[in-house]
Amino acid sequence: MRDVLFFLLAPLAVLSGFLVFRVSSMARATFSLAVSFVCIGAVMLLLGLDYLGVMTVLMMVMEMAVMAVFMIMYMMNPAGLMPMSMYHNKAGAMTLAVGSFVVLASGALLVDWPERTGSPPGDVTLQLGEGIMGSKMLVMLTISPVLFTTIVAALVLAAARGRYDRLGDDLDQPADDPVPGGVGR
Amino acid sequence: MVEQAPAWAAVVLLAVLLALSLTGAWADAVLVSGRRQLAAPFQEGARLLVQQRRATPGSDGLLSRVGGASLLVVASLMVAVVPWGGWTLLDSGVGVVWFNAMELVLWGALWCAGWGANGAFALVAGHRWTAQVLSSQLPLMFSLICPALAAGSLRVADIEAAQDGLWFVAIMPVAFATMLGGVLAFAVWGPFSSPVGRDLQGGVLSESSGVDRLVVGVGRYALLAAGAAVAVPLFLGGGSGPVLPPLVWSVLKTVAVLVALVATRRRFALLRPERFAELAFVVVIPLVLLQVLVVAVHVLGRS
Repeated sequence: MRDVLFFLLAPLAVLSGFLVFRVSSMARATFSLAVSFVCIGAVMLLLGLDYLGVMTVLMMVMEMAVMAVFMIMYMMNPAGLMPMSMYHNKAGAMTLAVGSFVVLASGALLVDWPERTGSPPGDVTLQLGEGIMGSKMLVMLTISPVLFTTIVAALVLAAARGRYDRLGDDLDQPADDPVPGGVGR
Repeated sequence: MVEQAPAWAAVVLLAVLLALSLTGAWADAVLVSGRRQLAAPFQEGARLLVQQRRATPGSDGLLSRVGGASLLVVASLMVAVVPWGGWTLLDSGVGVVWFNAMELVLWGALWCAGWGANGAFALVAGHRWTAQVLSSQLPLMFSLICPALAAGSLRVADIEAAQDGLWFVAIMPVAFATMLGGVLAFAVWGPFSSPVGRDLQGGVLSESSGVDRLVVGVGRYALLAAGAAVAVPLFLGGGSGPVLPPLVWSVLKTVAVLVALVATRRRFALLRPERFAELAFVVVIPLVLLQVLVVAVHVLGRS
């Protein structure tokens, strides 16, 4: 049963990944990539990596939904309904993608893998949590503020109207918003 | 403890989900629409089944139909992790994350339904959906942390078992309310129904007709039912209760939550996505984070 599922999901992941190059609609390209990631998440579930598999599906589908909106926002025709490809340098991109796939896949198949000596831990999710939150906690505590600062800085740079535009130079004017917010600030 | 149900139970579970959806439709007919006829959902279903299916030129039928059908699929996968009186179809060790991931599939699904229709209103509504879901589902994610934290497990059955004596709704009411709000939002129901709103001629559904529309309609009730079914073991003690067997209590509580969710339609003002964004990020998310803190302190004090 697991083998059948694997041999269904793995080719589907590769095929839908390849379809990104073949379809002419941005939405279809985005969501065929999402299908590819969902298949990979399901293969991870087959490997017994429950948390990582479900997390892959969760992150990737969310990412693709947000990406679709942004891609179509920046397109030449605003609705994004005209056929249009989503890549540049088709030949080069295809060569790189297929080439790296062949190299990685042949590596996985040809390497003489050693015999397994240990056994997997009982609760892989708990093990993962301890791995991230235990000895690597310092790394996480460093990365999170850096990432958060980056997000805030990017937003400050990208925002068309900051608080000085809203409330005046001394921040004491009544707010003048084109679209009022829900809190009534 | 719960046991893994046999594979054929999937059919039973699907039937239960459809029966719950029908209950939701009846509740809507009785409580909201004022059409006090139990035949109303069937009449509407029959009307949509015989209706001619229309499509705009150049529409992306594949994306819009897959998007519309995903609602029912997602709802079925959500109820799979729910324990029903000692049995669960998918006894996953990460059930709470599984529910969250399924709910996230809807982000893409409804956007696809709106985009694929190739109509201006549907497209605008699809973008409106993405904007709204970002504000409504981040609080939902934080609210799901609370019961998992209190029970020390991501398995739904463990969370249900951890509420022996005290239902989690008593120590985390904010998380419970936020989760119900999130369920309303991912079913595009009540105050969160602006992506299918009248100001956009039906929004995401504006070009949807016939059996496609029926599938989306059933899917929305199924999502409300699935959200209620998951909320019961997470916050309302699952099958615990006096006299009656656990299975009956699970179903009764699910129906009660479902009816309460359905009844929000037309009882609350529509939340505009642009106004709701500020409300969600400035008020709701800090409140839920405080709730997580309260639960964490409670867990520390207990140990």
